[in-house]
Amino acid sequence: MSQDSKKTAKLANTLEFKTSTFSVPVLLVATDDLSLFEKQLVQKINQAPEFFKNSPLVLDLQEINIQNHKVDLNALVAVIRKAGLLIVGIRAGNDLQNKQALEIGIPVYPAQDRESVVEVKKPIRVQVVKAQVPTSTRPDIKESVPTTIITHPIRSGQRIYAAGDLIVMAQVSAGAEIIAEGNIHVYSSLRGRALAGVQGDIEARIFCFDLQAELISIAGNYKVSEDLSVSVRNKPVQIYLQDGSLIIKDIV
Amino acid sequence: MARVIVVTSGKGGVGKTTTSAAIAMGLAKRGHKTAVIDFDVGLRNLDLIMGCERRVVYDFVNVINEEATLNQALIRDKNCNLLYILPASQTRDKEALSQEGVGRVLDELKKDFKYIVCDSPAGIEKGAHLAMYFADDAFVVTNPEVSSVRDSDRILGLLSSKSRRAEQNEEPINEFLLLTRYSPERVKLGEMLSVDDVQDILSLHLLGVIPESKSVLNASNSGTPVILDEKSDAGQAYEDVVARYLGEERPHRFIEDKKGFFRNLFGGN
Repeated sequence: MSQDSKKTAKLANTLEFKTSTFSVPVLLVATDDLSLFEKQLVQKINQAPEFFKNSPLVLDLQEINIQNHKVDLNALVAVIRKAGLLIVGIRAGNDLQNKQALEIGIPVYPAQDRESVVEVKKPIRVQVVKAQVPTSTRPDIKESVPTTIITHPIRSGQRIYAAGDLIVMAQVSAGAEIIAEGNIHVYSSLRGRALAGVQGDIEARIFCFDLQAELISIAGNYKVSEDLSVSVRNKPVQIYLQDGSLIIKDIV
Repeated sequence: MARVIVVTSGKGGVGKTTTSAAIAMGLAKRGHKTAVIDFDVGLRNLDLIMGCERRVVYDFVNVINEEATLNQALIRDKNCNLLYILPASQTRDKEALSQEGVGRVLDELKKDFKYIVCDSPAGIEKGAHLAMYFADDAFVVTNPEVSSVRDSDRILGLLSSKSRRAEQNEEPINEFLLLTRYSPERVKLGEMLSVDDVQDILSLHLLGVIPESKSVLNASNSGTPVILDEKSDAGQAYEDVVARYLGEERPHRFIEDKKGFFRNLFGGN
């Protein structure tokens, strides 16, 4: 091997482009009154300061442009940054807004739907890394994620991860952990931890024949054993998320 | 075909070595050539329970390191000439065991023995892992107490995922539950988990319940496996365990407290 080719091989390893999909919150702005906007934004953030702290954010300008509000993008960006959020892109901006955004180093994404009222003559795309930004908190569910079915007991210390739904036909012991991006069904005693919708699917549910779990969680909203009332223990229940809180109900 | 049996529990002090000694003796007494291996390298105990501590020359680690042959290291039991003991090394630690070495020793034993009983150390680290890795059957020894039950559950998880049979996608290890140090009186008082409580958590085939008994301590101190004390309840319970393991059906005798037991005996079933 010659000296040169060694060098090339070494160089080739120093970087690599990859495509990744991220879940990023989108902020829809629907006013030109910046002081009102700032007040409401701070209010929202104070409801869950840890969640919003240094959170990446995509700014959606569709409403503003539909209502023909004139908003200075730089001022808007300043308000949002002041609130501690990090803007990683704008969406559905008009030509002027897109130009302003690129000037201050903010990437530009095209509008979500095709029938966008915003006229985009020549969509400006950032081609380096393709990032998809989902519109809602519910991520696009892949077409064919197979359901995982487990027929043997899941013992203490074991951990099961399912990319889709997870069905367990035997007991889940205390100290075991079952995790699914979709729903979880346990047709026996659930004594361990069960985490459904771990990629943020707030529609995911947990079903079990006998609730004795150490912890239950849906899309990051959790309850530990101590928080479970006696009325829901040791019986068949379903668990789902409603307005951000876990509801535990008898299976009728 | 030789069978490799691991006696395991996760938790220490629940009766693994007592059980290993008793069932190995029970199998040998029934005419099966049996070897029992102490995997607790560094904390050698099995030789004491078997009463052969004065005859140890070579040990398991010597055989693994090919410093001695298997025949040099195996000690024939003084009570039963079909039973052999392979003691652990007291001056080494678990790192002296290797998967390849253990596999080689077991393969060699399989040629000559019907049953090979592996007495696992406590814990889930190397020694315990290697004791269970090559097993065909597992006796999970559990005390009727929550921490022991949870540790057993953990071990069951490892048996079904980290053993050779699991890794090579073969038929899974046969798992049996052995409930030791059981006291029906204390279960009645609510001080101890009942057989049903334990079964509810582990849902495992119950091979036997060994009652809490003074005879176990006496047997350990005198270096004779408790199964040879045929008058003792623990000895009889182990005798039942061996019989059930070999396919006999026997009723469980030590689950009820003594009053209930005698009532059953005299009241005509």
